[in-house]
Amino acid sequence: MGGIGLTMRWLAEVHVALRSGIADPEGQTIGSALRALGYPTVSEVRSGKLMRIAFEAGDSDAAEAAVEEMCRRLLANPVMETATWELRADEQQDIEAANP
Amino acid sequence: MTGAARAPRVAIAVFPGTWSERDFAHVVESVLGWEARLVWHADDDLGAPDAVVVPGGFAHGDHLRTGAIARFSPIMRSVEAFAVAGGPVIGSCNGFQVLTEAGLLPGALLRNDHLEFRCEWQSLRVERPGSCRVWLGDMADGDLIRLPISHGEGRYVADEATLDMLERDGRVVLRYAGTDGRVTDEANPNGSQRGIAGIVNERGNVLGLMPHPERASEAEIGGTDGLRFLRSLERWLQEQPAAAERRLSSG
Repeated sequence: MGGIGLTMRWLAEVHVALRSGIADPEGQTIGSALRALGYPTVSEVRSGKLMRIAFEAGDSDAAEAAVEEMCRRLLANPVMETATWELRADEQQDIEAANP
Repeated sequence: MTGAARAPRVAIAVFPGTWSERDFAHVVESVLGWEARLVWHADDDLGAPDAVVVPGGFAHGDHLRTGAIARFSPIMRSVEAFAVAGGPVIGSCNGFQVLTEAGLLPGALLRNDHLEFRCEWQSLRVERPGSCRVWLGDMADGDLIRLPISHGEGRYVADEATLDMLERDGRVVLRYAGTDGRVTDEANPNGSQRGIAGIVNERGNVLGLMPHPERASEAEIGGTDGLRFLRSLERWLQEQPAAAERRLSSG
């Protein structure tokens, strides 16, 4: 990556979660709190991380490849985590504007 | 100068947020009379050490995951090269987390199962010390030692195949135990799979453990079992002066 032609801005929302089968005590605690608050039908909560990443890439293929590489190299540890993401062209130009 | 006559030289990695480097340096210099060198994470020159310590703390604020950002610091390229060459490396607490993120040790360390930070003395059972003569040569199979733990993210996890492989190959060398030496769920302070507190790499020169040997190196502060790791190192170095000399001259 890098170099000429990085003219399009992209926004990736990366979700990192613990692999199924790995105990998530934070999620379990949140689930207990929800049931205690009067939501007895809550059967499971899994916690995770959300990262919004604004960056530039030439086209959607390059943007997709960049996000995949970011997840593999840094954002998720495959020993215990999985990463999924949604990618879209960033017309609002910055992360703050994209926040609801 | 021979490897046997010279005092061991220990390089101690310091990341932003590391907090155990001075305790390690104190033990190395003041308790043992060896040479300690603190090496900032942005520096990749370890200074031709006999051993490398990756100490505890909160490198880079533990942001993202413990050790996830530290593994990309320039110093880690040198630590990895040193380890691959067979040099003795010990990672304690956050250092263990950094070594797993760097791929020098398998598995990962997650949030304690009860979500609490634990800072207390812990009994540990030594197993298969022959797999890691560098750091455990001074201990015997089944020895019970006492070291402080101090962590919120010490739950060791790996997939079942990796756990089986580690046990089969004698690479699980420390487990959380009760004061009676039994490894039980009650004695496990963080929910680590199979009670694992410390593992070693395949070659036997890289040890990762959650407890803090440097905090148990003077009788005045409660115990000296931590010194046994460094005494093991000392004996190992004396047994192989040629290896120590090689590292010295290549550094």
